[in-house]
Amino acid sequence: MSEQDQILNEVTTSEYKYGFYTDVESDKVPPGLNEDVIRLISAKKNEPEWMTEWRLDAFKIWQNMEEPEWANVTYAKPDFQAISYYSAPKKKQINSLDEVDPELLKTFEKLGISLDEQKRLSGVAMDVVVDSVSVATTFKKTLAEKGIIFCSMSEAIQNHPELVKKYLGTVVPKTDNFYAALNSAVFTDGSFCYIPKGVRCPMELSTYFRINESGTGQFERTLVVADASSYVSYLEGCTAPQRDENQLHAAVVELIAMDDAEIKYSTVQNWFPGDAEGKGGVFNFVTKRGICERNAKISWTQVETGSAVTWKYPSCILKGDNSVGEFYSVAVTNNYQQADTGTKMIHLGKNTKSTIVSKGISAGHSHNSYRGLVRMGPRAVNARNFSQCDSLLMGDRCGAHTFPYIEVKHPSARMEHEATTSKIGEDQIFYCQQRGLGMEEAIALIVNGYCKDVLNQLPMEFAVEAQKLLAISLEGSVG
Amino acid sequence: MIEIVNLHASVDGQAILKGINLSMGPGEVHAIMGPNGSGKSTLSNVIAGREDYDITEGDILFNGESILELAPEERAHLGLFLSFQYPVEIPGVSVSNFIKTALNEMRKARGEEPLDASSMLKKMREKMDLLEMDKGFLSRSLNEGFSGGEKKRNEIFQMAMLEPKLAILDETDSGLDIDALRIVANGVNALRSPENTFMVITHYQRLLDYIVPDYVHVLYNGKIVKSGDKTLALELEERGYDWIKKEQA
Repeated sequence: MSEQDQILNEVTTSEYKYGFYTDVESDKVPPGLNEDVIRLISAKKNEPEWMTEWRLDAFKIWQNMEEPEWANVTYAKPDFQAISYYSAPKKKQINSLDEVDPELLKTFEKLGISLDEQKRLSGVAMDVVVDSVSVATTFKKTLAEKGIIFCSMSEAIQNHPELVKKYLGTVVPKTDNFYAALNSAVFTDGSFCYIPKGVRCPMELSTYFRINESGTGQFERTLVVADASSYVSYLEGCTAPQRDENQLHAAVVELIAMDDAEIKYSTVQNWFPGDAEGKGGVFNFVTKRGICERNAKISWTQVETGSAVTWKYPSCILKGDNSVGEFYSVAVTNNYQQADTGTKMIHLGKNTKSTIVSKGISAGHSHNSYRGLVRMGPRAVNARNFSQCDSLLMGDRCGAHTFPYIEVKHPSARMEHEATTSKIGEDQIFYCQQRGLGMEEAIALIVNGYCKDVLNQLPMEFAVEAQKLLAISLEGSVG
Repeated sequence: MIEIVNLHASVDGQAILKGINLSMGPGEVHAIMGPNGSGKSTLSNVIAGREDYDITEGDILFNGESILELAPEERAHLGLFLSFQYPVEIPGVSVSNFIKTALNEMRKARGEEPLDASSMLKKMREKMDLLEMDKGFLSRSLNEGFSGGEKKRNEIFQMAMLEPKLAILDETDSGLDIDALRIVANGVNALRSPENTFMVITHYQRLLDYIVPDYVHVLYNGKIVKSGDKTLALELEERGYDWIKKEQA
């Protein structure tokens, strides 16, 4: 076995670094899904009648839907009756960090996400979601002064029902797909963000999601509304404890960018990918979509290193004239991970522009697929798209796949598509080694260089975390 | 500094080096010349620790210790530098980031703290001036879109930054025009000291006008077949290699 193979082997067998479990008391609903469970969730969250009805309607829609099978992934379908749809840490009503469960704080420390540190050093306001209910929200006051609403979805339903009612489900309707319908019926929490007209959000808004209760599905619902001429940068990061059974995660994220508004949405995702034999790991079936009105811009940036199965296409509907959509993605798969991810750019308005930069990295026995749709409608005069889809292979047992879909209905539209597939070269590694870098440092350097176009899109503190994650995902002993 | 003893190396069962004996002391410059396919690049790769070769016999001693069991980076940490004949491209990694990483890895291996940002920058500027390099160079992706001359200059720049004890220049002169050749040679000469050793592999006498060697060795068919002083290089320039091949036949 050559040294490179050894490293790859090490990489393939490395343990999930963030595999630990927090012992927080939970208030948990018995497994199973029916109308009563949905009413129970709604009641536990003290929701108004319209919200309960909305959920029940979604449930009816879901019951008549089939689980999709077109993605290039194979997995044992979840048993939806075996999942518990609600779990909340028992202690609630937290006004300061002192009141947060010390166990929980320890967990965050292990992840290197000390709230205090985050608050002091980076000026990041965090809405921490642990098992479906927000337990700590910071910087709310500073934001409130600007009229910015940043809270959990549950709070938003209580305190800003008119906004939730107006926008929820307008970008991803209940009927959109199987998992979006399920999410609409049973979502337990998530984040809500509203930026008023003309306001530039003074800090990065950040939510750390974390699946924490064994056997509990996680159904997050995020809604970001940027009113006319406003700007917000939103960060979402995820880690999950090691678990020996599959966990289902079916989130829905909706972004609304009104005239001249801009939303930057960044994700670093590191859920348990399963062990070296492909056992366990999170199923990540997410629907993320944004809508751009006139001159608006939505930019998705994602670094995906975790999950056993990923099925995710952050998309932009470029409805308004001159609107801009961007998608920057790094997806790493290792061991037996499977990812089918990409984006949809739907050009409806005139002079709409979109950019897609996708970097896939496959190692071990994994399969990494890019699936992207660029559609230019009959009104999309002078619409433009640039797509670049690169794949990097490590070892000879993994696979990279590209499925580009292109639909152009106006003759003035312009599209460019570039794609490359490469392997990390022995020449590159030897060159780095000759300059004093170990094999692992060499691979990390080359991979980070390969992903640079995407990592550059991330806010500084997130970029650092993303680089660490890439190193951890691919190098085993590093970190 | 380095002693190569009866070194035999092969690739895929085919013998390339067939018993090389070579000893290079501190402060010396050795030129290795020879026709194509004589094993010059193999020799430099084997010294640097490239995996593709099987060492079937012999040894390489660095300051008296065998380095055959050491990984390439461990040899680099000892102060061994190879200026590549064909430097590879690493897209997305800037020259400055690469050199910073390399230099700090070397320091780490020696138990030293990483160099702080301002000292690092100062050192880079100093060495770039020496090699008459443009400041914009630092932010470019390593070797990506570089001309042949820029690649070679970048190699010498890295050498200047890393300050090796033994530097192997593998056909550093190929692809250089006469001005670049002069600049690169000046850079090398500035680094010459009584402590370090240079092994200069070249086809042409031209480079040796600028980097004057103490010894010239002719490598042919996997063996050092002739050694001499700089006049040997001049003789080769005049007469070619045929007479050597005939001598060996």
